[in-house]
Amino acid sequence: MSKPVTRIPATNALMTNKRRDFMSYVWGFGLALILTLVPFALVQWQATTRGSLLIIIAVLAMVQTVVHFRFFLHLGRKRKREDLLLVLFSTSLLIIMVAGTIWIMANLAERMTPI
Amino acid sequence: MISELFKRVEFYLDARQNKEIFIYPGLNLGAEHSNVHTQAEATVFGFWVFLMSDAIIFGMAFATYATLLQGTAGSPGPRELYHLGPIFIETLLLLTSSFTFGMASIAMKYKHPTSHLVGWLLVTLVLGVIFLGMELDDFRTMFAAGGLPTQSGFLSGFFGLVPLHGLHVTAGCIWLVCMLGQIAVHGLDSETKLGLLRLALFWHFLDIVWIFIFSVVYLGGLA
Amino acid sequence: MSWSTTLNHPLGLLDADSFPFLAMLGSDDSDIFINGLLGSFAAALVVISVMVVVALLTRYRAWRTLWFDWLTSADHKKIGIMYVVLALVMLVRAIAEAVLMRAQGAVGLDGGFLSSDHFAQLFSTHGTIMIFFMAMPFLTGLINYVVPLQIGARDVAFPILNSISLWLTVAGAALVMTSLVVGVFSTGGWFGYPPYTGTLYNPGVGVDYWIWSLTLASLGSTLTGINIAVTIYKKRAPGMKLYYMPLFTWTALCTAIMMIFAMPPLTVVTLQLALDRYLDFHFFTNGLGGNQMNFLNMFWLFGHPEVYILILPAFGVYSEIFSTFSGKVLFGYKSLVWATMSIAFLSFLVWLHHFFTMGQSGHINAVFGIASMLIGIPTGVKIYDWMWTMLRGRVRFSVPMIYSLAFIFLFVIGGITGIMLANPILDYQVHNTVFLVAHFHNMAVPGVLFGMLAGYTFWFPKAFGFRLDERWGRISAYCWIFGWMGAFFPLYILGLMGLPRRSVAYEQASYVPLEIVAFVGALLVAAALMALVIQLWVSIKHREENRVFVGDPWDGRSLEWATSAPPPEYNFPVVPSINDRDAFTAAKEFGVGYQEPDTYVNIEIPQNSAMGPVFGGTSFLLAFGLVWQIWWLVILTGLVTIGTLVVRGFQRDTLKIIPAETVCRAHRHWIQAARSAQPIKRSQEHTAANKGRAALETVEVST
Repeated sequence: MSKPVTRIPATNALMTNKRRDFMSYVWGFGLALILTLVPFALVQWQATTRGSLLIIIAVLAMVQTVVHFRFFLHLGRKRKREDLLLVLFSTSLLIIMVAGTIWIMANLAERMTPI
Repeated sequence: MISELFKRVEFYLDARQNKEIFIYPGLNLGAEHSNVHTQAEATVFGFWVFLMSDAIIFGMAFATYATLLQGTAGSPGPRELYHLGPIFIETLLLLTSSFTFGMASIAMKYKHPTSHLVGWLLVTLVLGVIFLGMELDDFRTMFAAGGLPTQSGFLSGFFGLVPLHGLHVTAGCIWLVCMLGQIAVHGLDSETKLGLLRLALFWHFLDIVWIFIFSVVYLGGLA
Repeated sequence: MSWSTTLNHPLGLLDADSFPFLAMLGSDDSDIFINGLLGSFAAALVVISVMVVVALLTRYRAWRTLWFDWLTSADHKKIGIMYVVLALVMLVRAIAEAVLMRAQGAVGLDGGFLSSDHFAQLFSTHGTIMIFFMAMPFLTGLINYVVPLQIGARDVAFPILNSISLWLTVAGAALVMTSLVVGVFSTGGWFGYPPYTGTLYNPGVGVDYWIWSLTLASLGSTLTGINIAVTIYKKRAPGMKLYYMPLFTWTALCTAIMMIFAMPPLTVVTLQLALDRYLDFHFFTNGLGGNQMNFLNMFWLFGHPEVYILILPAFGVYSEIFSTFSGKVLFGYKSLVWATMSIAFLSFLVWLHHFFTMGQSGHINAVFGIASMLIGIPTGVKIYDWMWTMLRGRVRFSVPMIYSLAFIFLFVIGGITGIMLANPILDYQVHNTVFLVAHFHNMAVPGVLFGMLAGYTFWFPKAFGFRLDERWGRISAYCWIFGWMGAFFPLYILGLMGLPRRSVAYEQASYVPLEIVAFVGALLVAAALMALVIQLWVSIKHREENRVFVGDPWDGRSLEWATSAPPPEYNFPVVPSINDRDAFTAAKEFGVGYQEPDTYVNIEIPQNSAMGPVFGGTSFLLAFGLVWQIWWLVILTGLVTIGTLVVRGFQRDTLKIIPAETVCRAHRHWIQAARSAQPIKRSQEHTAANKGRAALETVEVST
């Protein structure tokens, strides 16, 4: 404790925390708004081919999900990372289940299509 | 006992360094609400785990929808039934309600007058109810255009997924009314705070599910 | 079904013909009569048992005790015991059905005595009960009882939720039992594949009974999973790192996580089938774009992890038993933990091996076949670890150990047939034959059930304060083991000979001898069940000489043995502090096993709550209303259910305080008993000298 500690009055600390919390929601709201407007606009005016539209929509949805997790649910802002790990674990299982289902069912559909 | 004490000391030190520890998902109440804050670690974590389980439910509903996408069986498909306009407004409503709930959380955390908290919650509730009303109207339009769930596999997949989200929002609205009731009866005691912390997670979670609904179902269907 | 008629009728579809007994009397067909007689006998048993229980409760004025001490209890130990009681009751019914099916098999050449519909109901209820209302409650009960004690917690994270989970499961079980008396059960097997289970081919109430009992059970299990996982994550005693946890707790954690993620697909798939049946949706119908194959896909997304949900806690029990009854530290603790986690994760990657023959491309089958075979590796690691735990240990061949050893031998056989089935090419040959039936019973009985029974014997003295009778325990164990071998080894051969599963009758005379052997085996299993009941009876009669109040009859190693038997409501007067694996063994070696703390404090524990039983009751009525389409009942109970939740939200002061003096008095009494008890050697384990205090006996491991 040789270094001089700058004492921040408790009220002041609260103020900065509050500001940061507030800004977190504002950032989240703003980013989510943009990430929503863009794909809606692209689809509304059919800006590009169906294939690329689908890819753009998918990517923006992923990004927006991360934005929500980060700014609304404040994941990753903590030292114990159990919650984040749980999200990642759940996501991997979700991907296994959903992608597996689509893989299997698409394959079956393809094999049953009359030639 | 001792670990409890250590936690308290840690909070104190971190507050001094102006660094918050987040020990559960969502906005943490922090040392100012020390009693609830430590209690919340297990309670809110438990609810978070439930949401992950719920996410799998939605995941399976999405997978079913994707599987049945081709099964229109001659009845109307996405292009005939989906309309981008109302969905866009619903998306904005839900997103704004997530933001207003965030404001409610801040009002609770920083001990603003209870009227602020109640005000933000009421705004959230109104947005949620308008969302539900619009969604019901969408379904009515779909029914009128021949889009009934009994018509085809595709429509079954749709009505197995989107109203599932709607039911969740309805449950969220009822829960919100109950929380307002608890604030009225008990004030902002620790149980009420714990309830609001969990409801906030639920609300934000439903907004995330909606991202996938408008992206996969509506935008994907109309792209 | 017509909506207007069911809306107009106050009892929905329910009428006099819904009672099989009455339907039997109204018929002059002898086939219907025999099957009706069997069904009515079973129904009468249910009704009479319920009446006897009610009469006894009234006779001994036990209603108050039952309600206040048990049904409304939030104590994880009592909830655990109630789960196990439910499991044992349902076990009796499912075994009776199994014996009936094997009897039919023995005389099934060109006929037999059961109608095909009755036979189909038997295998459907047998499977449904064994999985959802026997194995699941049994393992949930053991986990509930043991895990909080093992991690030094006072209770689970959410005690009232725990009670709700129990009562949801009970409601599901009650629904299955009700189907014996009112209406029929599904004939679609425990996995109820559509389109057979759609309204087109199955218009009756049977499938609806199946749907709603499964829905209740799966909701209960999801909530249990959440509860146990959070308990283990957040409620461990100070100092207990994850790697200090006993292996049973580890397996409980993995099982809980799997419940959280594997139950939702089941909930979804049963509800979608319900939508198909009730509201004419087309998820799984033949026509109009439905896709029945997705039912198989999603059912097994749940179904395969489910298999490991069942087996992992059994692995945990075996680990505790091998270590305790060898008087040695568990060999390869970390490898066992990692093997458990690998199995839990891999189990989510193999679901397709349940429908290799559905018609997807070879490369998909190959991927899932390889993934399935991979599970053999961590399982093999476990088998070696257990064997090496016994190596040069002080091994005692008492009942839990007999089950465990039988498990090792038989489970390896089952594992090998599993690897065979994981090969799609071979699977095509034996798919849907009784070879498969033999394989999964090989995993489910010597794997799961033996583990549960071993755990029951192992922890019984902890829960009730006295040991179970050893002699009847052995008789039961040997009957289980040889009965199982007799009943299922023939099925492997019959399967290779081509006998399809679920055949009510067959035309090949060459099947008869092996079918008879299997029937004899089934009778032996029934004898095992009888022996189990006798064991309980004898043990209760001689409970005074078998008391183990001090609480450590087997020289236990983990924390659950460090408290009295039965433990106080709050488990530990002072939350223990842990700095080693096998915490209690360490404490005993350092001579600090039975010590008084410096101070006692008031302990807060949750109050009883009627929430659980009320929830169970309303959800049962809700499900019953749905089955019989009694819509006013559905709406009413639905509102009551929601109302209960809302009211609970408004409740405060849900804790009660146990004053420090009470804790102190109880603890001193126990310490006194422990100090005055004669420490016994392992050779005296089964004598009346065993009061639950173990003498220090170090195993000399020569290298």
